[in-house]
Amino acid sequence: MTDYRIKGETGEWEVVIGLEVHAQVTSNAKLFSGAATAFGAEPNTQVSLVDAAMPGMLPVPNRECIRQAVRTGMAIDAQINKWSRFDRKNYFYADLPQGYQISQLYHPLVGEGSLTIEADEKAGIDEAKRIAIERIHVEQDAGKLMHDQHPTMSFVDLNRSGVALMEIVSKPDMRSPAEAGAYLRKLRAILRYVGSCDGNMEEGSMRADVNVSVRKPGEALGTRTETKNVNSVRFVMQAIEYEAKRQVEVLESGGTVDQETRLFNPDSGTTRTMRSKEDAHDYRYFPDPDLLPLELDDAFLDECRASLPELPDAKRARYEAAGISAYNAGVLTAEVESARWFDALLDAGAEPKAAANWMTSELFGALNRLGREIADSPVGPAQAAELLGLVADGTISGSIAKQVFEIMLETGDDAAEIVEDKGLRQTSDTGAIEAVIAEVLAKNPNQLEQYRGGKEALFGFFVGQTMKAMQGKANPQVVNELLKKALG
Amino acid sequence: MMTDLTNLTVAQIRDGHRAGDFSAVEVAEAFNANVAAAKALNAFIVETPEQALGAAKQADADRAAGTLKPLSGVPIGMKDLFATKGVQTTAASHMLEGFVPRYESTVSQKLWDAGAGMLGKLNLDQFAMGSSNETSFFGNVISPWKRNDGGNAALAPGGSSGGSSAAIAARLCPAATGTDTGGSIRQPAAFTGISGIKPTYGRCSRWGIVAFASSLDQAGPMARDVRDCAIMLQNMAGFDPKDATSLDLPVPDWEAALSSDLKGKKVGIPREYRLEGIDPDIDAMWDAGIAMLKDAGAEVVEISLPHTKYALPAYYIIAPAEASSNLARYDGVRYGLRDLPQGAGLQDMYAATRAEGFGPEVKRRIMIGTYVLSAGFYDAYYTQAQKVRTLISRDFSAAFETCDVILAPTAPSAAFGLGEKTADPLSMYLNDVFAVPASLAGLPAMSVPAALNREGLPLGLQIIGKAFDEQGVLNAGLAIEERAGFTARAEKWW
Amino acid sequence: MAIDQATVKKIASLARIAISDAEAAAMEGELNNILGWVEQLGEVDVSGVEPMTAVIPNTLRLRDDIVDADPLTGGNRRDDVLANAPEPQHGFFGVPKVIE
Ligand SMILES: [Mg+2]
Ligand SMILES: [Zn+2]
Repeated sequence: MTDYRIKGETGEWEVVIGLEVHAQVTSNAKLFSGAATAFGAEPNTQVSLVDAAMPGMLPVPNRECIRQAVRTGMAIDAQINKWSRFDRKNYFYADLPQGYQISQLYHPLVGEGSLTIEADEKAGIDEAKRIAIERIHVEQDAGKLMHDQHPTMSFVDLNRSGVALMEIVSKPDMRSPAEAGAYLRKLRAILRYVGSCDGNMEEGSMRADVNVSVRKPGEALGTRTETKNVNSVRFVMQAIEYEAKRQVEVLESGGTVDQETRLFNPDSGTTRTMRSKEDAHDYRYFPDPDLLPLELDDAFLDECRASLPELPDAKRARYEAAGISAYNAGVLTAEVESARWFDALLDAGAEPKAAANWMTSELFGALNRLGREIADSPVGPAQAAELLGLVADGTISGSIAKQVFEIMLETGDDAAEIVEDKGLRQTSDTGAIEAVIAEVLAKNPNQLEQYRGGKEALFGFFVGQTMKAMQGKANPQVVNELLKKALG
Repeated sequence: MMTDLTNLTVAQIRDGHRAGDFSAVEVAEAFNANVAAAKALNAFIVETPEQALGAAKQADADRAAGTLKPLSGVPIGMKDLFATKGVQTTAASHMLEGFVPRYESTVSQKLWDAGAGMLGKLNLDQFAMGSSNETSFFGNVISPWKRNDGGNAALAPGGSSGGSSAAIAARLCPAATGTDTGGSIRQPAAFTGISGIKPTYGRCSRWGIVAFASSLDQAGPMARDVRDCAIMLQNMAGFDPKDATSLDLPVPDWEAALSSDLKGKKVGIPREYRLEGIDPDIDAMWDAGIAMLKDAGAEVVEISLPHTKYALPAYYIIAPAEASSNLARYDGVRYGLRDLPQGAGLQDMYAATRAEGFGPEVKRRIMIGTYVLSAGFYDAYYTQAQKVRTLISRDFSAAFETCDVILAPTAPSAAFGLGEKTADPLSMYLNDVFAVPASLAGLPAMSVPAALNREGLPLGLQIIGKAFDEQGVLNAGLAIEERAGFTARAEKWW
Repeated sequence: MAIDQATVKKIASLARIAISDAEAAAMEGELNNILGWVEQLGEVDVSGVEPMTAVIPNTLRLRDDIVDADPLTGGNRRDDVLANAPEPQHGFFGVPKVIE
């Protein structure tokens, strides 16, 4: 539950949010043609005769795009429709060569599902919350219009035209910008785990249409506006905040909210009416007569299911069951790359709890410092497992491990090699440690007297002195035992 | 003196060329000459004599090298709805005037690969919308036929494949491609005394054919006789992975399996096609056709297609709906006409371009299609029409439980005069009453010339077959052709 | 259900076809004539009948995810795509300036 409220002059207002996320399906070729989908190509080079809607051109669907949408549906526990259809959504715009978008209105590929956002007290999300997803349908992307290249003309680039999108439509289940942000992040993580979308919002691989309305708590739903194509989590949250406040102001000053399409301005964090879509609300949807119904068989669905990886929620549960803290499990599963790295670390034999602690503090800290992504970490999971193994079997101490890790980051050498070369192996040789302890006690008669006089807190002081004298190489447990004995 | 090569059929040209009776170049030159001399018919939008000659030279070289192809030496006409690489493709519209595709339609490519040559691009009703070839931006096609009443009225060659029908009837080409959405091969064939077959939906790829109504459009051949239709069709049909509705089936050798022996076959006569007040010549021809098929050994049974009456209204919802969407791509952005009034924005440019580029009949159908799909009307019109279409299809399935082919007239009248029906669009639509049901059900159907009416104009009989049974249709057509002995031809006046 | 001239103009606007008042007036009669005639479909009892989806039994085939496998449906042919453009501009299609 969230008690996010807009405080208006007439009281508190609740915000109701639904998101329609357009996620570009990861595929080599477009949804209905063989043209490439890669980002950043020269204008109109990745355009087939089909994408340019030349006379007589016909669509033939790409199996991989269907497969990825089905896998995504399975990942949100959704109903997969074995019988679906493509419909045409008719409207005129310069980025829409056919004069219609091939989409799915009446019979989408994926029906109802859901995902769960985690509690996040800092963000005002008190407990985990299930957000229902109404449907996922597959459709074509439009091309791109450029407005600032010429004083009187706009330029059309059709490279994106026909690229496959999944439109993932949530129910209006979110009640705060933070919930919407958490939903988007979770959805993005799932897509990236599944591999059906790279989730790259800067390149436009994921955009959200943000539906916002406000109401007095307990009242019926208000009129919503749809802010189109918002392309970052932060912007989505900003757009909701702005739009909710704007609507409250409109309503409180006696006005009504128009059901309309709006545009977000990232520079000012505001939204405004989108002029070009004003008269486009009669889309005249009808089944695309160039395409037959899409019928999926069990073998296809079985393959989709079998190829699904372990998903964030399951992974998180598995980590927690292995003794990892809920917080660490959340951090490790938030990004698929981290989770994969961590799994490789476990596969290489690392102990889960120690590995989780090490990764979330040491590794993430180092990467942060180096400004690197986990994918290009200078130290790999197998190397890290070796390092952790040396700590676990008592070969080195935790503090020596930190030193060894720094050297590993710099040189790329293996941990055992570094430990040998630099003579960092820790000792459990009781004779040697007893000798050092005797020296330490002799050098610190005052402290010894105080300790024996009852100031037991000084125990740590003696441990530190002993470890220091042994250059950190003494086994701390042995040091503890022997010190206790020596101090009586 | 050698026979006039332009009187030969496709089979005769193919076989004569193969036997060395004449060269392909001689054939191409003869047809090129006929095309050049027939401007008065306005059958062609673009003439391509060089292409015809080029293919002929290749055919002669292939004969010398022993590498003949199925249509080597045969020049044909191409309906200007098929995209032809490097040759203007207009769909008879102002919208596409000057449009030169950089691609070749699958069907035309197959014909060129089979050795055929192209005489030119044939006129048609604009975007294939019409039944008289009076909606072309490039002017009416004039039928070579005249009534025997001593008058000189210009007659419709039928439509939309009116350039194709007129050109074949006038010996400007031995065969041509057509497309049939609601009768556009069969009705013009009937009007001009030639044959034409619309195969099962999906037999011929639609890739590269300017779309009118996707769920109905089918390409097919038009020619002088049934054998030529079979030869042409087997070189046009075939699976195409570029068309999602293409049938993934082998193409039979329809020519080799031609047989007019109908023993053991049942011919259905649909009760509902007996229209009140129809031209008695049509009914007489139909009765004669029934007798011919009996003579060929078939048993005749009466059948019922109860929803026949609703086929035409269903068609005039479904086809315009699909057309309104299919023709949305003509917007002046990427190709074709652009009309940009001073100071106009994008949406004004669309409206001006489309007002200028589309003819009245095209606009009318786009308007109807837009209306029946618009908010609040979709279910009442479009969904209802598609349900009725299901019923029409079921009618045929039920009928084919008791018969193998169906015999009916192709059209309710002989060719009408140009201008006679243009004032009333509905009266024009009604001309396709017998042709449309098979289109809605996607079934193979052909028209063969069967008689002359009392005005001396040709009438056609239609054979409708089961899905995939083009052979049954062709064989019944052949049985009629052999017995009707239709040899009449238009007297040359052009 | 008869349509009036305002409806004719609304449809023309949806279809992006500029029409004059005179054309709209002429079309009003024609369209009503045709629509009045197709409305007889309402007589047909279609209860329990599914709308037609595939006219000939056939299922949708899917294509392999291969780039430019067939040049006819592949990309990398900008010149062909732009060859017939009324206003090609530096590899783009030029249109009158659009305000979003
Ligand atoms: Mg949306
Ligand atoms: Zn969408």
